[in-house]
Amino acid sequence: MIEISGFVALYIFMLAAFTGYEVISKVPVILHTPLMSGSNFVHGIVLVGTMVALGHAQTPLEQAIGFIAVILAAGNAAGGYVVTERMLEMFKSSKDDKGDKA
Amino acid sequence: MSLIINLAYFVAAVLFIVGLKQMSSPTTARPGIIWAGVGMLLATLITFVHPEISGGVNYTLIVLGIAIGGALAWWSGKKVQMTDMPQMIALYNGMGGGAAAGIGAIYLLQATPETVTTTGLAIAVIGSVIGSVAFSGSLVAYAKLQGLMKKTLNFPGQQLLNLVIIALVVILGFMMALGDGTIGGGTLLAFFVLSLAFGVLMTLPIGGADMPVVISLYNALTGLAVGFKGIVLDNPALMIAGIVVGAAGSLLTQLMAQAMNRPLKNILFSQFGGGSAAAEEEIEGTMKEIQANDAGIMMAYSSKVIIVPGYGMAVAQAQHKIWELTELLQKRGVDVKFAIHPVAGRMPGHMNVLLAEAGVPYDIIYDLDEINDEFKTADVAMVIGANDVVNPVARTNPDSPIYGMPILNADEAHNVICVKRGKGSGFSGIENHLFYAENNRMLYGDGQKVAAELVASVKALG
Repeated sequence: MIEISGFVALYIFMLAAFTGYEVISKVPVILHTPLMSGSNFVHGIVLVGTMVALGHAQTPLEQAIGFIAVILAAGNAAGGYVVTERMLEMFKSSKDDKGDKA
Repeated sequence: MSLIINLAYFVAAVLFIVGLKQMSSPTTARPGIIWAGVGMLLATLITFVHPEISGGVNYTLIVLGIAIGGALAWWSGKKVQMTDMPQMIALYNGMGGGAAAGIGAIYLLQATPETVTTTGLAIAVIGSVIGSVAFSGSLVAYAKLQGLMKKTLNFPGQQLLNLVIIALVVILGFMMALGDGTIGGGTLLAFFVLSLAFGVLMTLPIGGADMPVVISLYNALTGLAVGFKGIVLDNPALMIAGIVVGAAGSLLTQLMAQAMNRPLKNILFSQFGGGSAAAEEEIEGTMKEIQANDAGIMMAYSSKVIIVPGYGMAVAQAQHKIWELTELLQKRGVDVKFAIHPVAGRMPGHMNVLLAEAGVPYDIIYDLDEINDEFKTADVAMVIGANDVVNPVARTNPDSPIYGMPILNADEAHNVICVKRGKGSGFSGIENHLFYAENNRMLYGDGQKVAAELVASVKALG
């Protein structure tokens, strides 16, 4: 794997923080709830971390913690995706289903 | 192999950022979540060939864990009512925080003087604290919104107790980070128990109305915790996704707090309505009633109607009938618009989701800033299930607890119809002066029933 250490980590941290801020700075209020849900889904990537952590677990205690962590992370990712998708699926423009009425 | 894995993580990180960007506009939001989903799938699948995963038992546990957690969450997510969405997000978010704390626990358990650095330990410790607080705090938030925990808990010395706990967490954290890597089981256990307790104690005194902001805050915290775990595990996908969410979530929290006119520090460190109720002004005028039939006719012969929906409408499940009414009015050539206050529903944007579920297109739904000047030109403003967000005292009476909160100027419309279940004040317990205004008529009844009557009366006109 790539070695990320010291200042490189700090630079990634800084750039990612600005990216996050920029990406949602112009979001309309109507999307606040879906976006919160969507960002909730994105940090479900923690699943990858839990898989690696459980993958090199050695003692039963570590395996137990890792197993629970994988369950929780999978729940975060799957649940986050389903509810976000359900919410966004409903956003329709009036042009979509009845011509140019609005 | 390592190259392919790294490439997959890189692509996933790009997809997450693109997905989030697309989710910030209604026209591209749907593909946005799908792209982010593709990124997640890619990153998860490629991790199965990650060189650090070893041992048949561990593989089995990973597959089993994903199956259990994923299936349960998928099923509950499909089933949940749109009105219950905020607490569901809190629950899923708490799970993510708990997972981040779990990674931290394993890292700290495995730490030996040869394998760790002080920086690595410190980052693992910080990430574990944040993850634990987000975990237990989100669960309390979920319990409160779900109605499992009705009361806000206040007791003397609460702030002091919180302070003592956080001080202990910091001391234990320093001990672990500055040590040589050999961490006693007792220390580690105490550290996690206290972190979890802090999350609970911090959330308990916060009232249900402020909970959305708190959920958003915990969402940002989980993101941050995940980012820190990414540094610990040398995993750029975790780092980037986590930090991006941490930053985006922090901004979102700020925006929500602003929309509710509640500075974040007031939400976290003080209690709403703790002070004595402000002196009420004498209210002039009386409440005048109107029947649904007359209200329907009034709207049918208007040229412009603005509907102000509140959470009460959603509770009464009236949004489908309201949309039916809207379509009927539109057929008669009435210009119908929806005005959404930032805190309508349980959190900003929640009302939009509820209306969208009923089929209302988003381009006739307007924000406070976009529509407030239009009330002057509206023939009818219909307020349904909302109260405090249209109370003019927020503009006029500096002594009122809601003074300064931005409100929808429904009172400026030529006629106002307030649909309400019964007499009585709103969520905050403040008398609504709009109800006594000269141009206002009260329409009493259950939201859904009233909406059905309105539909019938407009239909009767042919």
